[in-house]
Amino acid sequence: MFKKILIANRGEIACRVIKTARKMGIKTVAVYSEADREALHVQMADEAVFIGPAPTAQSYLVMERIVQACKDTGAEAVHPGYGFLSENKAFQEALAKAGIAFIGPDAYAIEAMGDKITSKKLAAEAGVSTVPGYMGIIKDADEAVKIASQIGYPVMIKASAGGGGKGMRVAWNDDEARDGFERSTSEARSSFGDDRVFIEKFVEQPRHIEIQVLSDGDNCLYLVERECSIQRRHQKVIEEAPSPFLDDATRKAMGEQAVALAKAVQYKSAGTVEFIVDAHRNFYFLEMNTRLQVEHPVTELITGLDLVEWMIKIAAGQQLTLQQSDVTITGWAMESRIYAEDPYRNFLPSTGRLVRYLPPAESDSVRVDTGVYEGGEISMFYDPMIAKLITYGADRNEAILHMRTALDQFYIRGVSHNIPFLASLLGKQRFVDGRLTTNFIAEEYKDGFNATDLPPEDPTVLVCVAATINHLEQVRAAQISNQMSGHGRQVGADYVVKFGDDVYHPVSISYDAKDGQWTVKTETASHTVESDWIFGQPLWVGTINGQVSVVQVDRAKKGIGYQLFHQGSAADVKVLEPRAAQLDKLMPVKLPPDMSRYLLSPMPGLLVSVDVVDGQEIKAGEKLAVVEAMKMENVLRAEQDGKVKKVHAAAGGSLAVDQIIIEFE
Amino acid sequence: MSEIIRQLEEKRAAARLGGGQKRIDAQHSKGKLTARERIDLLLDAGSFEEWDMFKEHRCTDFGMADNKTPGDGVVTGYGTINGRLVFVFSQDFTVFGGSLSETHAEKLCKIMDQAMKVGAPVIGLNDSGGARIQEGVDSLAGYADVFQKNVEASGVIPQISVIMGPCAGGAVYSPAMTDFIAMVKDSSYMFVTGPDVVKTVTHEVVTAEELGGAMTHASKSGVADLAFENDVDAIQQIRRLMDFLPANNREKPPVRPTADSADRQDYSLDTLIPSNPNMPYDMKELILKVVDEGDFYEVQPDYAKNILIGFARMEGSTVGIVANQPMVLAGCLDIDSSRKAARFVQFCDCFNIPIVTFVDVPGFLPGTTQEYGGIIKHGAKLLFAYAECTVPKVTVITRKAYGGAYDVMASKHLRGDVNFAWPTAEIAVMGPKGAVEIIFRGDIGDAEKIAERTEEYRQKFANPFVAGARGFIDDVIMPHGTRRRICRSLAMLRDKKVENPWKKHGNIPL
Repeated sequence: MFKKILIANRGEIACRVIKTARKMGIKTVAVYSEADREALHVQMADEAVFIGPAPTAQSYLVMERIVQACKDTGAEAVHPGYGFLSENKAFQEALAKAGIAFIGPDAYAIEAMGDKITSKKLAAEAGVSTVPGYMGIIKDADEAVKIASQIGYPVMIKASAGGGGKGMRVAWNDDEARDGFERSTSEARSSFGDDRVFIEKFVEQPRHIEIQVLSDGDNCLYLVERECSIQRRHQKVIEEAPSPFLDDATRKAMGEQAVALAKAVQYKSAGTVEFIVDAHRNFYFLEMNTRLQVEHPVTELITGLDLVEWMIKIAAGQQLTLQQSDVTITGWAMESRIYAEDPYRNFLPSTGRLVRYLPPAESDSVRVDTGVYEGGEISMFYDPMIAKLITYGADRNEAILHMRTALDQFYIRGVSHNIPFLASLLGKQRFVDGRLTTNFIAEEYKDGFNATDLPPEDPTVLVCVAATINHLEQVRAAQISNQMSGHGRQVGADYVVKFGDDVYHPVSISYDAKDGQWTVKTETASHTVESDWIFGQPLWVGTINGQVSVVQVDRAKKGIGYQLFHQGSAADVKVLEPRAAQLDKLMPVKLPPDMSRYLLSPMPGLLVSVDVVDGQEIKAGEKLAVVEAMKMENVLRAEQDGKVKKVHAAAGGSLAVDQIIIEFE
Repeated sequence: MSEIIRQLEEKRAAARLGGGQKRIDAQHSKGKLTARERIDLLLDAGSFEEWDMFKEHRCTDFGMADNKTPGDGVVTGYGTINGRLVFVFSQDFTVFGGSLSETHAEKLCKIMDQAMKVGAPVIGLNDSGGARIQEGVDSLAGYADVFQKNVEASGVIPQISVIMGPCAGGAVYSPAMTDFIAMVKDSSYMFVTGPDVVKTVTHEVVTAEELGGAMTHASKSGVADLAFENDVDAIQQIRRLMDFLPANNREKPPVRPTADSADRQDYSLDTLIPSNPNMPYDMKELILKVVDEGDFYEVQPDYAKNILIGFARMEGSTVGIVANQPMVLAGCLDIDSSRKAARFVQFCDCFNIPIVTFVDVPGFLPGTTQEYGGIIKHGAKLLFAYAECTVPKVTVITRKAYGGAYDVMASKHLRGDVNFAWPTAEIAVMGPKGAVEIIFRGDIGDAEKIAERTEEYRQKFANPFVAGARGFIDDVIMPHGTRRRICRSLAMLRDKKVENPWKKHGNIPL
C-alpha cells in the first residue's frame, strides 16, 4: 500500500479523499493555489504544496507542477478527484513517466471514453444499448436529413466534442433537421474548434440514470445505479440511489451492460456509465465517466462501500474482495448540492466570506462533504459548490424527510445559497412521487425560481416559534436591574404574531416550568411547544405538538423582531402586545420605491462601459451597459423604449448589487 | 361630591379626546398616532401616571379665551419601561397643532424638574406646529424655559427626543440639546426655516422631506441619530434603547441576564483580516460576533459610515462601541466621523457606560474640503472626548493604527485602561510605503531599493511588537479570544475610579 498520496484537487473532494486516506493510514499531500492558502483541504492534509496563482490554468491544471509536487514530497500516487486533471490522458502518462501511480483508470480507458463518438462505437461493440443514431461523419445537410428520417423523428443533433448544451439541437421534421445541422455545425466549430456532429434519437421524458462500476481489471462489479434527473441546465442538483424508477430486471440489464463496457476498455478503478432512460424503461448509453463522480456518496451509503478506499487499493494493485452477489442495496440515499448562488437572481454565483457556516451534525442519516469552514472564502475562481448534503433513510420518504430537516439546519450567512430552491424541489409532490425527468426543473419552474415556488407554509411552526421566543424575551426584559421597586414589569400572556407587513396571528401563551412546556393558543388551536433555545443561538430546535422542528433564527437587521427561516422560506416576524398590534394596523404599508425607472446592477462587479448618455433615446433591447463579474461580461439591455434621464455610474467604477447605473425618464 | 366627580369625568373625557375625533382621524390618515396612543406604546401597560391633565392656557387674545382644551396640547407624566422609571411628554397635534404655549412649556418644565430630582430619563415625543402665535412672546419665553431645562438636565439624566411630526423654527433647539434625536420616516421633519422661506431667500426649491426629513438628517446633516419606519417602530426602538441606558449620571448601566458565555470563542474571527492590507472587511462582523447575542444597537448608522458607534452588552451590562469601519473610506477619520464619535464618547462618559473601541484607522482624511472645513478642530473633539472621559476604556487594534489617528482612538496615551492588539496590528506613524518615501527620499527613483526599504520598514514596524515593547499595548490577543479578553477587562474595571482636576467644565473645541 502507498505510504503517501497527493490529491490533485481542492474543495470538498480533496477533503473527502484525505478522510479516507487518513482512515487507511496513508499520509496526504494537498496542493493549493494563491486563493486557497487558508482552504480546508490545506489544513486537513499532512503536507501542502503551493502550485501557483488562483486561476486554474496556472495552478490546478498545470501537470508539471503537480508531478514536481509529488517528487518533492515523495508522494507515490495521485488521486485526481473530479474535474481538473481527472480525465486527462496526458496527466496520467506524465505521472506514469515519473513513476507515480494514478488513482484512476489507465490512459487507454480515459482516452477511449473521452470522445463521444469513439465511446459510442466501443459501447455498441460491447453490446451496450445505444441511442439509435448515426455515428459517422455527416458530410452535409442533405445527408443529415436522410439519416434523421431513417432514425425517426424526433432526433437530436449534437456536437461530437460538445458538452453543456452547446451545439445541441432537437429536430421534429426535415426542415428542422436541415436547420439544426447547419447551426450545430457552426456552433461546434466556434465553441470547440471541431465541427463534427452526430444525430441520434431524441428521447422523450428522459431520465438520467447512471451505473457505478468498480473494477480491479479482472473482477468488475456494478454498484447499482444513481438517478440524477434533477438537473438545472445540465448541472445536477439532487441525486439519489437507488432510482425510484428501475425494477430489478432493468437494473440487472443496465448493470451487466455497464460491466461489459468497462471490461471492453480494460477498466481498472471506479467509473460511471451514464444512461438515458425513457418512459418505457428503454435505456441507452450516454457516456462513461472515467473518474469518481460528485454524487458518489449516495452509492456509498446504500452499498456500505468506500469508493475512494477501493480506488486507492486497486491503484496499489490489490484485488476486489467481493463478488457481484455481495453488492446489496440497503436503504435510500439522497444528495443535495449546496451552491453559493442566488436562486432569486437567476442562480447568479455568489462569492465572498462565509460569515456564518454551520452544517448539520453528521450522523447515521446525515453526511456532509464540504471543503469550507466558517470564516472561509467562496472564491470567484472556482466552482461555487459549498457542500454536498447527503441523507440516508430506510426508504425514499425517510431520506427526503431527513433531507428537509438537514436543510433547515444548514446555516449559511455571508453568501447567497440555493437552499430555498432545494427546499422547494423537495416540497414538490411530483418529486415526492418520484416522477422525475431531466426536464423536471424546466417544467416545474417555467418562469425561474420565485418565492411563490416555496411549499405553502403552515403558519403553526413559525407562530409557535415566534411566540415562545418572544415570551423568553419578555420574561428576560422583566429581569432588568433598577426597576421601580414594587412596580416592576409584569409579563402578559396575550400577544399578536405579525408576519411581513399585514398578517396578524393573535396568540395566548403560558409556560409550565415543571414540564418545561409552553402552551400556545391560537384562535383555532392549542399547541404544546418544547425547546431549550436561548438567545443568540442560530437554530431553534424543539418540538411542536411532539413533531420535531428546526427553525433558523436571526435577529431582525433593524433590531426589533426576528427573521425566521424554515423549509426554504424566510419570514420577517414581530410579536406585538395586543394594544401595539391594534395601533400597528393603523400604520401605512410603505411600498418599496418604484425602481422600474432605473437600471440597477444585477450583481456586484466592475462597470466596464456605459453605452448611452444623458438624454439619449433608447429602444428595447438596446445595449445600455456592460458589467463584469466573476470574469464574465454581462450586457445589460433596455427592457423597453425610453429616454435616459441620467447616468449615475461611471465606467471603470465598481458596483454594488442593486446600485443605480442609469435613470430613465 | 358626586357633581365634582361628574365634572372630573367630563374633563378627563375632554382631555382624552384632545382635538376631537375628526382631528384624531386626520392624524391617523397621515399615518401618525395620537399623543396618548404613542404613550400607550411607549410605557409598560398600565404604568402611566398623567400630570397636569387639567392645565389650560391663559391666553385671551384672538378669541382664545373660549377655545381651551384640558391639557393644552401636550400629555405629560411618568411611567415605566420594563419596570424602570421614565418621564415623558407627548405633544398632541390635534390640539392647536401641538403648538407650544406658556402653559404647555410649564408642563414640560415640571416633569423635567421632577425627572432631575429623582434621576430618571425624559423622553419627548415631539409633534408640534411650533410656537402658539396667539401668545406672542409668552410662547417664546416658554421655549427658552425648556431650553434652559434641557441644558441643566444635560449630563444629569438621559434626554431622548422622538420627532413624530413637524418640528420647525425655534422648536428644533430643544431636541437639538437632548442626547438622542430619533425621527420617523415620511411623517416628521425638522428645519430652522421651511421650504417657503428657503425659496424666498435663496431661490432653492426643495420639499420639506428633502430639506428636513428623517433620512436627510440621518444621512446628510447628522442631526438625527436614528430614523425609523413609522410611529410603532420608532417607539418600540426607543424602548429597546432605554434598556441600554442608566437612569442618571450616578447610576451604573442596567444589567440584564444573558446566556451568552463570556468565554465564547469565535474562530471565524481569525480569518476576518484579509491577507492583503488594502482589502476592506466589515468591522460590524467583529462587533456582532463579540458582543452578547450579536445584539448591537447602532446609532447614526447612515451618517459618517467610516465610523461605527452604538450600544451593546457584555455579560449583560451595557457598553458603548466605537469602531473604525474599513469598508467606508478605509475607516479614516474625517470631520463627520470625528464629530459623530466624539459626541457618543461624551454621552457614554456622562452616564458611566464603558467604552470598547475597535481600531483600524489609516489616519485622517486629507484634502482641502477637510482642512477648510476645520478637520483640525473637529478631529480634536474626538481626541478631547477620549482624553477627558473617565469610564472604563478597552481598546482592540485589529489592523492599522497609524499616526495621530492612532493616538486619538482610545490609545494607551489617552488613559486607555486595557489596550489589546491582534497579531495583524500595525502600530506605526504611517504605512510602510509612505514612510519609506519620506525616510529614503533619495532612493525614490530606485524601485528595487524602495521595495527593499519598504520590506525592512514592514518587518520593523508593521506589527504589534514595537508598541508592545514600550507597553503601549498590554497584550497581543488572538482574534477568536477577543470576547473573553474584553469581558475580563471590563470585569476588572468595574470599580474603576479616576477623577479629573476640579474645573467648571473643560473647553472642548466646539
